[in-house]
Amino acid sequence: MTLPALSRLDTKGSPYLYVLPFFLLFGAFGLFPLIYTGYVSFNDWNLLDAGEHTWVGLANYRELLHDPYFWNALGNTLSIWLLSTVPQLLAALWIAHLLNHRLRARTSLRMGVLLPNITSIVAVTIVFTQMFGRDFGMINWLLGLIGVGPVDWQANTWSSHLAISVIVAWRWTGYNALIYLASMQAIPHDLYEAAELDGASSGQQFRRITVPQLRPTIIFTAVISTIGGLQIMAEPLLFAGTSTPTGGSDRQFQTAALFMYEQGFREFRFGYASAIAWTLCLVIAVFAVANYLLTRRIADDEE
Amino acid sequence: MLAVVAGSVFPLYWSLVVSSQTSEAVAQVPPVLIPGGHLFDNIARVFDTTDFARALLNSLLVSTSVTVSVVFFSTLAGFAFAKLRFRGRKPLLVLAIATSVVPQQLGIIPLYLLMAKLGWTDQLAAVIVPGLVTAFGVFFMTQYLGRAVPDELLEAGRIDGCTTFGLYWHVVLPAARPAAAVLGLFTFMQAWNDFFWPLVVLQNNATVQVALSSLASGYTTDYTLTLTGTLLATLPILVIFMVLGRQIVGGIMQGAIKG
Repeated sequence: MTLPALSRLDTKGSPYLYVLPFFLLFGAFGLFPLIYTGYVSFNDWNLLDAGEHTWVGLANYRELLHDPYFWNALGNTLSIWLLSTVPQLLAALWIAHLLNHRLRARTSLRMGVLLPNITSIVAVTIVFTQMFGRDFGMINWLLGLIGVGPVDWQANTWSSHLAISVIVAWRWTGYNALIYLASMQAIPHDLYEAAELDGASSGQQFRRITVPQLRPTIIFTAVISTIGGLQIMAEPLLFAGTSTPTGGSDRQFQTAALFMYEQGFREFRFGYASAIAWTLCLVIAVFAVANYLLTRRIADDEE
Repeated sequence: MLAVVAGSVFPLYWSLVVSSQTSEAVAQVPPVLIPGGHLFDNIARVFDTTDFARALLNSLLVSTSVTVSVVFFSTLAGFAFAKLRFRGRKPLLVLAIATSVVPQQLGIIPLYLLMAKLGWTDQLAAVIVPGLVTAFGVFFMTQYLGRAVPDELLEAGRIDGCTTFGLYWHVVLPAARPAAAVLGLFTFMQAWNDFFWPLVVLQNNATVQVALSSLASGYTTDYTLTLTGTLLATLPILVIFMVLGRQIVGGIMQGAIKG
């Protein structure tokens, strides 16, 4: 080969080589497992040994549709997702709005807001589980001060959902606030000046300018929170305080992803767990799309 | 605004308070709100109760190797996407970005089977290899290099007889340094904090988050012990955050504008 031919090969060919590691790794450890989950879900795959399995067709899915534990887990997931996402994004908007004003110690404030997000799920959940303790927990003590009796947070459906949502929201509000803040700073200033001249109040400016301008970002955060929120499992696993993946004694806070983990890695029913995974995938896709359409609609109405 | 920050800092402060008290002091109403003098006793107890030193070392190994690799491969792919002309560039880039919405958590059963087949269960490779390059990293670097590396510089390099990889090594990598620092930080923190997959695949060779979760999962939880563990597991990240918080905040906000 002549030298120019070699260098032609270098310029034409080497780019593929550079992007190859990503696609290889994603294919092997991201896409392949997800697709293979589909195959496993059509099997009775009960042993850890990968060789032993029998094709059962849709049996796992049929069982799933009649499994009250699954519907319970799905209901819990939706409840926790709604309780954590909606207040979280609203709070994030409000915090971003506050941060957008000229403040002293701007960087420190932003770092303070972000601190929860750099803390691990495990650490956050453990600390909150302690604070939500029935007998010596700080939160019950505070409630006691205003005359509300101690709540056994883990024991009831509503209270456990609320507590888990607080844990999730605490970890993600600041992160979303910073994302909103970044978009807010990209809004042209003369829009506000014009509004000011027209006599718009600060609240009106927020609703008529800030929110519509943030539309793509709001849609983005809503969709991302949905994809993440419907997969919640570490928080309810650790919130139980014991290493049982049932999400409380009555499964009152077992999420769908946690149910999948229980069936797969405690009961070793890989086929059934895979059916859960694929169903959950479908649910997430449906919700992400619905969420996208809905948030687009809502943001539209503001204009 | 101060209340918001106080609210976000308090739980971490609280773990410091609990981990520096005796178990008796924590089981009090009203709760003690200031740190006590038992922090080092409790730290010693954590290291006695579990193999926490091993877990810390494991996490350090995993996070460091993942970070180095993600920075290297993401910059390489980002260079190709941002600066090189090749057929299929646009669709491949879109594909790479689209992969980030695939819910990977839901593929863990076959992933586990795969690791079992490779004989990687309980080995750090099971956690390291799948994380060697990320869609976020590729996207982040593509965005950054598109602006940070002038085309003229690359052309000059070509005229001087640089190969494409030579350009990457001598021109792109040095120019990518600020973004590489941010990406490295994010990657390190994410790898350090990762929980679900290590929990599944590393039962007997825990990383720090897995060790922490097993500390917390006794039937009667010893909270001084557990929260001391929490503090130890969070400390490295906290130190990084104190030193480089400005870059981390900037990185999130930068990523957001383009995202």
